[in-house]
Amino acid sequence: MSEFKMPSLGADMDAGTLVEWLKQPGEAVKRGDIIAVVETQKGAIEIEVFEDGVLSDIKVQPGTEVPVGSVLATISTDGSGASEPPAEAAPAPKQVEAPLKPQESSPETPEAPPSAPKSAPAQSTSHPDISPAARRAAEEKGVDISALKPGPSGIIGLAEVEAAAAPSAPRIAEMPAPKPTPAGGSRPGINLGAMRKAIAAAMSRSHREIPHYWVSQTIDLTPLYIWLERENRQRSVADRLLYVVPLLKAAALAVKETPALNGHYRDDEFQPSDKVHMGVATALRGGGLVAPAIHDVERADLDTIRVGLLDLVQRTRAGRLRSSEMTDATVTLSNLGEDTSDALTSLIYPPQVAIIGCGAPLDRPHVVNGRIEIRRLMNVTVAGDHRVSDGRRASQFLGRFARRLETPEEL
Amino acid sequence: MSETRRITYREAIREALREAMQRDERVFLMGEDVGAYGGAYACSKGLLEEFGEERIRDAPLSESGFTGAGIGAALNGMRPIVEIMTINFALLALDQLVNNAATLRHMSGGQFTVPLVVRMSTGAGRQLAAQHSHSLEGWFAHVPGLKVVAPATTADARGMLWTALEDPNPVIIMEHAMLYNERGEVPAEGDVAVDIDRAAVRRPGTDATIIAFSSNVAKALAAAETLAGEGIEAEVIDLRTLRPIDDETIMTSVAKTHRAVVVDEAWKTAGFSAEIVARINEQAFYQLDAPVARVCGVEVPVPYPHHLEQAAIPQPEQIVAAVKGALRR
Amino acid sequence: MTEVGKEEARAFLHQMIRIRRFEEKCAELYSAQKIRGFMHLYIGEEAVASGVMPALRDNDAVVATYREHGHALARGLPMNEVMAEMYGKAVGSSGGRGGSMHIFSAERRFYGGNAIVAGGLPIAVGLALADKMQNRDRVTCCFFGEGAAAEGEFHESMNLAALWKLPVLFVCENNSYAMGTALARSESNTSILAHAEVFGMVGEAVDGMDVEAVNAAAKTAIASVRSGEGPRFIEAKTYRFRAHSMFDPDLYRTKAEIEEWKEKGPVLRYRQTVLDDGRLTEADIDAIESDVAAEIAAAVDFAEAAGWEPAEHLTRHIYAARGGAA
Repeated sequence: MSEFKMPSLGADMDAGTLVEWLKQPGEAVKRGDIIAVVETQKGAIEIEVFEDGVLSDIKVQPGTEVPVGSVLATISTDGSGASEPPAEAAPAPKQVEAPLKPQESSPETPEAPPSAPKSAPAQSTSHPDISPAARRAAEEKGVDISALKPGPSGIIGLAEVEAAAAPSAPRIAEMPAPKPTPAGGSRPGINLGAMRKAIAAAMSRSHREIPHYWVSQTIDLTPLYIWLERENRQRSVADRLLYVVPLLKAAALAVKETPALNGHYRDDEFQPSDKVHMGVATALRGGGLVAPAIHDVERADLDTIRVGLLDLVQRTRAGRLRSSEMTDATVTLSNLGEDTSDALTSLIYPPQVAIIGCGAPLDRPHVVNGRIEIRRLMNVTVAGDHRVSDGRRASQFLGRFARRLETPEEL
Repeated sequence: MSETRRITYREAIREALREAMQRDERVFLMGEDVGAYGGAYACSKGLLEEFGEERIRDAPLSESGFTGAGIGAALNGMRPIVEIMTINFALLALDQLVNNAATLRHMSGGQFTVPLVVRMSTGAGRQLAAQHSHSLEGWFAHVPGLKVVAPATTADARGMLWTALEDPNPVIIMEHAMLYNERGEVPAEGDVAVDIDRAAVRRPGTDATIIAFSSNVAKALAAAETLAGEGIEAEVIDLRTLRPIDDETIMTSVAKTHRAVVVDEAWKTAGFSAEIVARINEQAFYQLDAPVARVCGVEVPVPYPHHLEQAAIPQPEQIVAAVKGALRR
Repeated sequence: MTEVGKEEARAFLHQMIRIRRFEEKCAELYSAQKIRGFMHLYIGEEAVASGVMPALRDNDAVVATYREHGHALARGLPMNEVMAEMYGKAVGSSGGRGGSMHIFSAERRFYGGNAIVAGGLPIAVGLALADKMQNRDRVTCCFFGEGAAAEGEFHESMNLAALWKLPVLFVCENNSYAMGTALARSESNTSILAHAEVFGMVGEAVDGMDVEAVNAAAKTAIASVRSGEGPRFIEAKTYRFRAHSMFDPDLYRTKAEIEEWKEKGPVLRYRQTVLDDGRLTEADIDAIESDVAAEIAAAVDFAEAAGWEPAEHLTRHIYAARGGAA
């Protein structure tokens, strides 16, 4: 019998409110299954189990706020299904754990790759109806229909596509300007007021505790765009690759070769990661910001990244992220996107040790083989944690990043 | 001096008739009780005294006879306005309208035109029961060779007649009986003639398109007001002409709003509303975020008691519900 | 009646033979599938159209039925164009669009060619109404069969014409059978003239097999109509020697009856009459026959050679453009 506890879903999370159980006692659960929804400062997050078994006893009812680490339920792992209550049956002991403590079960080993999103509340097994206008809008905006969930009426309509539509690349507003957010948030599960506070707390901590340094480089993206155009001609509109996808892959590969930028800094020590879980800074409607992770980017192929990114952005906006996605990022890429500003000097998300800030790809004069040509250039500014790395490392990363982008066909 | 005058639909028709009679001596009005009685709906009151019995010509109860006579007179140099008291009685004249007026040009290989205008009242609402309450505009709109218009506003009632008289083809003007007392604005002076081949956007909107004609335009506007209170901005189209249909205005609107509701007092089955739905399907399918909805008369002969009659025809609440349904709210 | 001179007699006979041979040729062409659809032959009734038309002026109007080939030819529509219309060719009198039942000519003021029984009567009333309202000295001559007397439109039209004193000449060609139904089985009052009297309309019955009698009656009636005295009615008693249409097995009449009428037939009788009284010779008649044969042969050649209207033109002639002549 094992205990399923309230996980820590991020820095500064002390407690969470159990909102909904998605499995019932007696139901079998597998590692990676979404078992419940928890409301946090960052919004509603789906939490998953990390073992196989049968959900045995539910200890915390929906609507109850419990500290991180509290036992929420028991899972019988020996197939007996017996619901013997564990020793500490008393609900919600007010033990306050250190807020930065990662959850007990292995956070580093991701479960199913992000390319196969499963909707936990059992919807219709056949394809939901999609309106012609929605289908067309999805094509035009490059939204993956198969990743969309229908609205309350069971139909995928324009509203659902527009909610899912990513801009040409995820955007980030660094040090977000304080915007008045409606009380209670603008969509269920996301409390923007609380999120503001969480971002403020994290950024303040970053600024306070992490000795930042920054290194910039201008990268020529022209070969990438040429390759993208050729590549996309062979693809349908729905499968089109946006430039951020190869960007993520190239960054992940370059980060893998520069381990000092990839991992977590905790308890005065750096814990490097041998996998690259790339946090993708994602702006929310109404001014919120999160940077959930795509797992194992260095090993994923471009389509896996593409699908995973769309899925992530859609679920982020719908407030349906998994706990592992909130905590697992080992490095973050923040992309301003096309038609925006030149450069981005970012702050690192603790406990990470680096952040890669990409400015807009802009057509500029550039010296190529001794002649001036118009090329598409992008400024990349890497922030590093000086406790772990220095400018040389960052510079090496940038060189590797740039070289990867020059040969996109090898990504 | 203000730019518009406020008069009733009935007064607008009377003004239009008088203007036509004055402007063109070939114009004459023929129908039952248009002269001495002053018109079944008082549209021609006073005209007999002004223009005489040759040109304001009372006809016996012979719908087929005098409609055919109107056709013959139109063939031979006159500009007759045949008034058939109601669309219900027009069934007796269907042979002349469908087999002659609509076909003479074609059957003769283009040798003849029939510049005939037919006016008839339509619709339910005055507890006149099943044989006096039909909305069969669709039957006439079905026939190539005819033109069919349905003025919903006073300005259109005032302005469509002259344009119809100038048209060398047979034009049928459908006047909903519940509109005769309605007041509206017409230009105070100058040319009041309006086109008879375009629809009009009576209220712009972004969230859904309500397509209506005749008495249903006001109901659609009422529904749009209600919807606006809930943050839904509906665009209301007044079709104005049922043959030809102004596809462009309809499709431009649907492309903008992605949702459409068609309102028609006639019965739904094989009704005119189906034609609009079919066209939207053909021309704007990929713009639709929901199926095109219809709000039509209930499939029942129009009953006599007020509450049943009202239950049998479209109401603004139903239009509101249909729009919300299309928005899935 | 003996005031009809040689030339006029020749003209009458020529017209009747011309119509007769034309109809016979049409029967042959129909059987060869050159002419399709419904076709209603005038054989036996030629004296009515041949007698009435010469009494009308060019600017009078004529409304006829679906059995109108003879009326069209007698009214002066070129035979080539009528034949081409039978074929459905683009140069036919109605552009090929109408066929046998819908022969029209604006130039000859020939308003069909109406396939709805009694459907043309209200139109005739309207044509006459327009003439009266515009003070024009014109007559509208409306032909129809006795079967139309049962239709509401007949009664309505007669009433309107009489009520408004319109310049219409109603010519009822009573051939005793409305398609397959004998008059006695469809009219409570088989007197067609009585149908005119009801409306206070002056009517005259005439032997529809006698071309000169028809012509005389028409002249009298037209003069009256033209003078503004109101509509007039002629009942021409006649008979069709062939079935209602090409599809009719003619089961409702006896062969004996048909033969009896054939012996009183208009062409046969008049031919005999003019030979007997010396107004025409056999040679004259032979010349008529060979003229007619040549004209018909030419018409057939014309129709055969003529082209079809292109299918791309299908949607023409539905609406007239604004600003064109009425």
